[in-house]
Amino acid sequence: MILVNRDTRVLVQGITGREATFHTQRCIEYGTKVVGGVTPGKGGTTWGNDVPVFDTVEEAKRRTGADASVIFVPAPFASDAIMEAADAGIQTIVCITEHIPEMDEVRWHQHIRGTGVRVIGPNCPGLIAPAARCKIGIMPGNITMPGNVGVASRSGTLTYEAVNQLTLNGMGQSTCVGLGGDPLPGTTFVDALRLFQDDADTAAVVLIGEIGGSSEQEAAEFIRTSVTKPVVAFIAGASAPEGRRMGHAGAIITGRASRASEKQRALSEAGVRVIENLGDLAAEMRRALAST
Amino acid sequence: MKIHEYQAKALLNQYGIPVPRGGVAASVEDTGARLSETSLPAVLKAQIHAGGRGKAGGILPAATREEALGGARRLLGSRLTTRQTGPDGLPVNSILVEEAMAPERELYFALLIDRSARLPAIIASDAGGMDIEEVAANEPERVARLHIDPLAGVLPYQGRTLARRLKLPAALVPQLTDIARGAWRLFVDKDCSLVEMNPLVVTKDARLVALDAKVAFDDNALFRHPELAELRDVSQEDPFDAKAADIGVNYIRLDGDIGCLVNGAGLAMATMDLVTWAGGQPANFLDVGGGPSEDKLVAALEMMLSDPKVRAAWVNVFGGILRCDLLATAIVRVLKGRDVRVPFIVRMNGTNVEQAMATLRQSGLPIVFEPDLKEAARRAVAAARTAGGSL
Repeated sequence: MILVNRDTRVLVQGITGREATFHTQRCIEYGTKVVGGVTPGKGGTTWGNDVPVFDTVEEAKRRTGADASVIFVPAPFASDAIMEAADAGIQTIVCITEHIPEMDEVRWHQHIRGTGVRVIGPNCPGLIAPAARCKIGIMPGNITMPGNVGVASRSGTLTYEAVNQLTLNGMGQSTCVGLGGDPLPGTTFVDALRLFQDDADTAAVVLIGEIGGSSEQEAAEFIRTSVTKPVVAFIAGASAPEGRRMGHAGAIITGRASRASEKQRALSEAGVRVIENLGDLAAEMRRALAST
Repeated sequence: MKIHEYQAKALLNQYGIPVPRGGVAASVEDTGARLSETSLPAVLKAQIHAGGRGKAGGILPAATREEALGGARRLLGSRLTTRQTGPDGLPVNSILVEEAMAPERELYFALLIDRSARLPAIIASDAGGMDIEEVAANEPERVARLHIDPLAGVLPYQGRTLARRLKLPAALVPQLTDIARGAWRLFVDKDCSLVEMNPLVVTKDARLVALDAKVAFDDNALFRHPELAELRDVSQEDPFDAKAADIGVNYIRLDGDIGCLVNGAGLAMATMDLVTWAGGQPANFLDVGGGPSEDKLVAALEMMLSDPKVRAAWVNVFGGILRCDLLATAIVRVLKGRDVRVPFIVRMNGTNVEQAMATLRQSGLPIVFEPDLKEAARRAVAAARTAGGSL
C-alpha cells in the first residue's frame, strides 16, 4: 500500500464541523486511528467520547504524535490549514475542501515546495487502504476490498464506480487515492504512479482522468519511461463541450491538450490499456492482471 | 467571472497600463458624447462576453461622426453571434467607442496560472492578434513562458527577458516591464484567473498600448472582492446557469435529448460519454454534488424536465454521501404531481439503495431500473428514439 499504513495516526482539522463530524465517525468505524482534532478556540475539549481537540496543529502534533491530517475547514481558511499542518511537521495532508481560491493554492504550493510534505487534494475524497483498515476522507469503505490494484483518480464518484466494479469482480485494492478535481492538485498522477510502481503490494494501476490540463499526458510520459506494471485508464469528458467548466474547477477544455481524445492518445501510445466505456473497466483489469 | 472589454481596460488603466482613448456607450446619444471626447477615425466595439467579434461584424471602423452614429444604431440592441457564443448569440447592450490606431506591431501578452508548474506565468508572443493556441502548436519558438514566484512578483530581469523574446528595442524595456508588473499587481489584487492583452501593440510613436483586453476573475475568490459584484452583467449569462447557481447544482445545457441527473462531476461527464457511446446525445450535464437535500433534488429534477428537448431521462448515481432513498422520494414527488411523458431510466448504487428501489416500485410509476452502466445507456437512447416515449 502507499501513503498510509496500519500505524498511521490521523488528525482532523476542523473536526467540530458537521461534515467533519459525520466523516470522522465513518473513518473511525472503518478502523482509522484518529488521534486528535483541531478547531481554533475549542482546544481542551473532546470530540465524541475521547478524541482530544486542540487549538493548533503544532500542539496537536506534539501531544498525539500524529503523522497525517485531513482538512475539512471552509475554503477561505483551507490554505492556511494546509500550511499550518505542513509547518507543524505533518507529512501527509489530505484536503477535502472544495472552492479554494487559486492564488491561495499557488501560495501553499510555493510554501511547501521542496519540503517533502505531501498534500492530497484539495477538492478530493481522500484515500483508503483496505488491508490497513485506514481511510482518510470521505470514500465509502464498504465497497472496497484488500487486494493488489492501485487506483488513482481525479474524480470522487468515478473512483467509487471503479472500486465497486473491481470488488464485485473479485479484484481488491492496495490503495485508492482521490487526487481531486482542482486545477492545482498537491499530488498528481505521476506522483501516485511513482508510489504504486515502488509498492510491493500493487500489481496493476487504474488511472481515472478527465478533461482539462495535461496531467494525463505527463502521466503517459512517466509510464513510458518508468512504469513496468500494467495501467488501465479511463478519461471522462469525451463528449464535453469546449470552454465550459464541467463541475470540477479543473475540468475545462481550453485547448488541444486538455481534450479527452488527446489524453487517450498519449496514454495509448505509452502502452496504457485505455478503455472508452467505463463499463469495461473490470474486464480490462482482469486481462491486465492475467498478463503479468 | 467574465467582464466586458471596457471594464477590463478600465482596470488595466488603474494599474498603469496604457489603453486607447475612449469610453463606453449604451445609446446613440452616449456614442455622440464619447466621440466628442476621443478623436476620429474611431472604432466601435460590441461589448459581449465572448470573443470572435471582429469576424462576426461586432467591430466597426468609423471614419466620420455620421458613420459612427450609424454603426452605433446598428449594433446597440442587436444580438451578436460569434464562434464562441452559441447559435442564439449575446445581446449588445453597450459599445466601446475608441480612437482607431494603426499599430506598427502586434504582440500577445497574458498572465495566468500554469497548471503543470503550479505557478503563475506570463505567456507572450511576437505573433499578436492571432489565436495563441495555434501559434503555440505551429511555431512554439514564438511563444515565451515566464514563471512568476508569487512571493517575489515580476522581477526586472524578466522584463528584459520578455522584451528580448518579443524582439522589442531596448527603449521599450521600461514600458514593457511596467506593463508586466501592472498586470501582476492587478492579477493578485483582484484574484484574476486571466489578464490578457491580444493584441498589445507597438504604435508608430513607440508606445505600448493594450488594444484589446480580457480580464476574468476566479469565482472561488469572489467572496473577498465585494467591489467586483458591480462589474457583473447578468444579461450576458445563460438564465439556466443562474438558476442552477441558485439551486446549488452544476448544470450545463447541451444539444441532445437525453436528460441526465448524476452525482459527482466525473460520473456526470462519464454518463454523457456513455450516452454518446450508445449512439445518443445528452441534453445536459447535471451534477447534484455530494449531499443534496430532497428539496434540492426535486429542484434539479424539475430543472432537467423543464427543458423541452428532453425525451428521456437517465438518473445515474453512486450514493456515497448522497442517500439513494432521498433521491427516490424526490423522483416520486416530481413525477406524481404531473403528467410526465418522459421515460425514466434509473441506475442507483450505494447508500440505502434497497430502500430507494422499494419506494420507486411502490409508486407504480413507469420507471425502468437498470443496474448495468452500458445497458442503462442503451435503454435511455432507445427510449428517446421512440416517439411518445414508450419503453
